[in-house]
Amino acid sequence: MCQVDEEYNGQLEHVATPSVSKKCVKCKESTAVLIIRAVDAFCRCCFKEYFIHKFRAMLGKNRIIFPGEKVLLAVSGGPASSSMLSQVKEGLSRDAPKKLRFVPGIIHIDEGGASGQSMEDRRRAVAQVESVLRSSNYPYHIVYLEQALNLPSSVLEVGSSATEKLQTGPSYKAAVDQFIQTNQNLHPDLFLENAWSHLSSLSMQEVQNGLSNPITPENTQALQRLFASVRTLTAKEDLLQTLRQHLILHTARTEGYTKVMMGDSCSRLAIKLLSNISLGRGASLAMDTGFSDSRYGDVVIVRPMRDYSSKEIAYYNRMFDVPSVFIPGLDTKAQDKASIQRLTESFVNKLQTDFPATVSTIYRTSEKLHTACPPQNTNSPTFDKCLMCACSLDTNAEEFSAFKATLISEQLSQRRGPGPGLSLGTAGAPGPPPASFTGQGQCRSSDEGQRQGCGSREPGCCLSAEMPATLDLKSLLCYSCRLTIKDMTAVDILPQYILAEAERKKRRSHMRKEISEFLLEEEDEAKTS
Amino acid sequence: MTASLPVLVRGSDSDVSNKMAAPIALHLEFGGGAELLFDGVKEHHVILPDQSEPWDMKQLLVWIRANLLKERPELFVQGDTVRPGILVLINDADWELMGELRYELQDQDNVVFISTLHGG
Repeated sequence: MCQVDEEYNGQLEHVATPSVSKKCVKCKESTAVLIIRAVDAFCRCCFKEYFIHKFRAMLGKNRIIFPGEKVLLAVSGGPASSSMLSQVKEGLSRDAPKKLRFVPGIIHIDEGGASGQSMEDRRRAVAQVESVLRSSNYPYHIVYLEQALNLPSSVLEVGSSATEKLQTGPSYKAAVDQFIQTNQNLHPDLFLENAWSHLSSLSMQEVQNGLSNPITPENTQALQRLFASVRTLTAKEDLLQTLRQHLILHTARTEGYTKVMMGDSCSRLAIKLLSNISLGRGASLAMDTGFSDSRYGDVVIVRPMRDYSSKEIAYYNRMFDVPSVFIPGLDTKAQDKASIQRLTESFVNKLQTDFPATVSTIYRTSEKLHTACPPQNTNSPTFDKCLMCACSLDTNAEEFSAFKATLISEQLSQRRGPGPGLSLGTAGAPGPPPASFTGQGQCRSSDEGQRQGCGSREPGCCLSAEMPATLDLKSLLCYSCRLTIKDMTAVDILPQYILAEAERKKRRSHMRKEISEFLLEEEDEAKTS
Repeated sequence: MTASLPVLVRGSDSDVSNKMAAPIALHLEFGGGAELLFDGVKEHHVILPDQSEPWDMKQLLVWIRANLLKERPELFVQGDTVRPGILVLINDADWELMGELRYELQDQDNVVFISTLHGG
């Protein structure tokens, strides 16, 4: 070791790493079995304590979960979410005074329809997961991705936050008291949602009662058609993520859960952060990777596992027999360059082996991100949120922004499309649609037979027929959702609820423009008052 | 100088020559999706043929790649070592504590490969 080119035989190199005699850095007595954060060696007991403590500290530090609150755990069966489930079981079962006190429920989504698994494989996987969930004695819901095609369009609405007022209270204790009081009467918005979407939740109730599989082959085929129409794996994964979020949100709303716990680990979130930047989701980074995600208003998504690296989770599961089920997904066995997410994952993992501080550095950076609040808050809620991912629209940029530059270069490099509706000035900007509906008669806009005109007598209530389908959605989507849609061969394959909601938003937006002269702007009111 | 440095071998009672000659029986496990590359079989009992030098992890990986791996070797092995993202446990302890690739295998050792990657 003293000279540069000296040759040693293999046996000498063993000495460089003292293995047997390495002691745990915490208790300094037992033999270490695991190295965390590249330098800390822990023994088995100290590691268990450290692991359990981190979970409770994460929940305690961000005081978001109130006692008695209904929390939905999103368990995919993978190691991180199974670990989260076991931590919740552990935390709720303790007799210690600092017992966690909330009411958990579990949701598991079977995504086999999208990844092309056979029905037997899916049944087997779901049965395995179900046995794990049953052993936890919490109510669980098993939902199939095919049900995403039948969601009501209300799932895309941003509900009013039930706990917004509570968090600005003087202290956590006061907020808890307030929460318990308001919880006596069910929150009115939630009640409406419950009644409204009761019918559509019936299919989920069936599954919960253990009745026969509500998934028909037609549903599965429709789902497969949807995913087959997406050209790139990147967009497929993005679309899958969106549908998954909507399903979870819908289940949470119909079953009365106000919080959802997702099992994203630190490593997974670091990868997600970098790949989101590459996907164009930079504007919503804080919400996508932060501890709490309140973009849906009434349902808050929390990520209590965000401090655990995948190594710690894998070791804990192995050493303490936490059952987890591996379910192949869209990108299983895909090559490194198959999608942006895969590429980022392999990049971060490779970097991590040589520079073990990579993931924690990215994680610490993500902790410092905050979303800047937009100036208008609740005045025009439905118009400033992306249709699919519900984050703030980042495409209402000024005239000389980089975004506008990309749009202009895109227009210039395209061949002029067919039809009078496609004019240079309307691409990408939320301008008024070309006035080509029948003058005084009924509104008769219908596009490829999918959407019917609303039949009213007012001009300008619906879109004209000449507007191509992709342009219809673009102005309602954030930049990265636009890219996802762009990778689809046909937009009308999207689930009905998305198209219906897009239609509704367009009508509202157009109507708003029509009467905008008569509306009092909030800023004017403030100035005059 | 070389003579004064001890050789770190577990179970060091046995004679050096005996250890090298006997075939080594190992219990291998694959988890976290890595089993997909091995026909879905999670547990393998293998016996490594005897050879003059002691088996170490590096050679074990070469052996696994040649004999057990059914498809897509690049998803399991990269260069000399396992693909980044695959954890290795030797007798329920982190292989980093054992010397990683330089660890010498003993009879009846339990080696576990857990994949922490998204796509297995």
